[in-house]
Amino acid sequence: MRLGLVIDLDVCVGCHACAIACKEWNASGTIGPLSDYQPYGAEPSGVWFNRIRHYEMDEYPNNKTVNFPMSCMHCEDADCVTVCPTGASYKRAEDGIVLIDQDKCMGCNYCSWACPYGARELDRSSGTMKKCTLCVDRIYDQELPVEERQPSCVLTCPAHARMFGDFDDPDSAVSRTVRERGGFPLMPELNYNPTNQYLPPRRKPVIPVDTQPKGGLKESIKQFANKLVRR
Amino acid sequence: MHPAFSVIFFTVASGAGFGLISLLFIADFFKLGGGFNSDQLVAGGLLAMGLVVFGLLSSTFHLANPKNAWRAFSRFRTSWLSREGVFAVVFMPLALIYLGSIMFDAPQWLRVISGFLSAVMAWITVFSTGMIYACLKTIRQWNTPLVPANYLALGYASGSLLLLLGAVIADLDTTPYIAMSALIISIAAVLKAIYYFWIRSPGLTPTINTATGLTRAKVKLLDTGHTHGTFLTQEFGFQIARQKAGLLKIVVFVVGFALPGLMLLWVFNQHGGQTAAIVAALAGIVGAAVERWLFFAEARHVVNLYHGAQRC
Repeated sequence: MRLGLVIDLDVCVGCHACAIACKEWNASGTIGPLSDYQPYGAEPSGVWFNRIRHYEMDEYPNNKTVNFPMSCMHCEDADCVTVCPTGASYKRAEDGIVLIDQDKCMGCNYCSWACPYGARELDRSSGTMKKCTLCVDRIYDQELPVEERQPSCVLTCPAHARMFGDFDDPDSAVSRTVRERGGFPLMPELNYNPTNQYLPPRRKPVIPVDTQPKGGLKESIKQFANKLVRR
Repeated sequence: MHPAFSVIFFTVASGAGFGLISLLFIADFFKLGGGFNSDQLVAGGLLAMGLVVFGLLSSTFHLANPKNAWRAFSRFRTSWLSREGVFAVVFMPLALIYLGSIMFDAPQWLRVISGFLSAVMAWITVFSTGMIYACLKTIRQWNTPLVPANYLALGYASGSLLLLLGAVIADLDTTPYIAMSALIISIAAVLKAIYYFWIRSPGLTPTINTATGLTRAKVKLLDTGHTHGTFLTQEFGFQIARQKAGLLKIVVFVVGFALPGLMLLWVFNQHGGQTAAIVAALAGIVGAAVERWLFFAEARHVVNLYHGAQRC
């Protein structure tokens, strides 16, 4: 099994609900708490597993805002695991989830240096590194109804921009969607082989911007009058 | 990258210590300039080990959870950080046996073998320190074989200047020590010059386009999505002005390489000159510290592509 996420950049509305749901679940999850520093102060900061950035691609009039959620990519060749000197970071053989053993981590930050995606954040209160667990304490929970055995972020997304599944199964919903929509990994040139895939924004007709009528005599008199009034 | 002072101090001090003890063994084996007597050798060896131990201890200060530091020896097979720790710990008893065999006049074979092995172990440890940085694909300025080469050259340069100071104090013939220092400092200066030349051009690196996968158009960051700084901006956001970096590179070359070189000339002409030797050793170490600070300050992690950088 190779569990991971598919994130649809075409439909993500950038509402940050996935990040909030992630924080809510994981703050009391197996590697919680996710400490906040000065949450109501002048410089609010803290530990998050999921962060959403907002990009603009291309230029006016072809520009488009792309909302960009990022969490751990659960890479196939995860350097964060290779460089860890204590053995706290590990990748599970059975489902490919990358986790950190909080009892072994010494907080040297080395794994965060090795991660190109900024998925790992040090919790200053516990002195240990923390990261997305793919809600490992949720997806295998037999107490939950089957349809709720998914990561918090996926369940909460109001735009259905997130999918969770097994990439090793070519017929799984995630594998099919990635095939059909031309899904891609981030920074493939570094050869980390990230499991999480992103779906590109769809091509849409450009909205014409030079459709305003030229304006006849009436329009030019109006403009002349406007100029006079403004003076 | 944020330059952490404990790590800068650790790499400079332990590099000098490892360099000093390796060169001390060479000076002892070939009886350079008449050869140190055993008390002087032991004093030099203890200074070297002091630098190493002090450096290793200071490196634990940057850990957020030092109570688990002992576990750092466990991933020897994959992690260069773990390897460095293991090699440093293997080095200690070898160096102690070497110094002990000098002090208690042990048979020559024990002295030579333990000295040789501790010199080799010192080399491997400094190489591992360099590889900690060189193995990271995320930082272009570090991901080059020049990094371990620089770590070794600078460690040995500082060590050779300390050894020269010892030779001056012990009133030996300083010519071989001056020659050794001059050679190592020139190699270190040339390697550093190549490194600075190399990192100037961007090369093939990830860009904001490959980082977002939006490769068909110009991409720019509108919003980072956080109110204030995060762990990522604190750790990786550090940026140094190009002008300031250029100035510091001049400082590295003037203080770290040119000044010790000039002082070598002084020691050579005066046939002694303790002050010059002290200035040379201090300048070498200060230069190495400035170089190390710049090494961190100039490194640009690819995560900056998610915080607005167009390329790293």
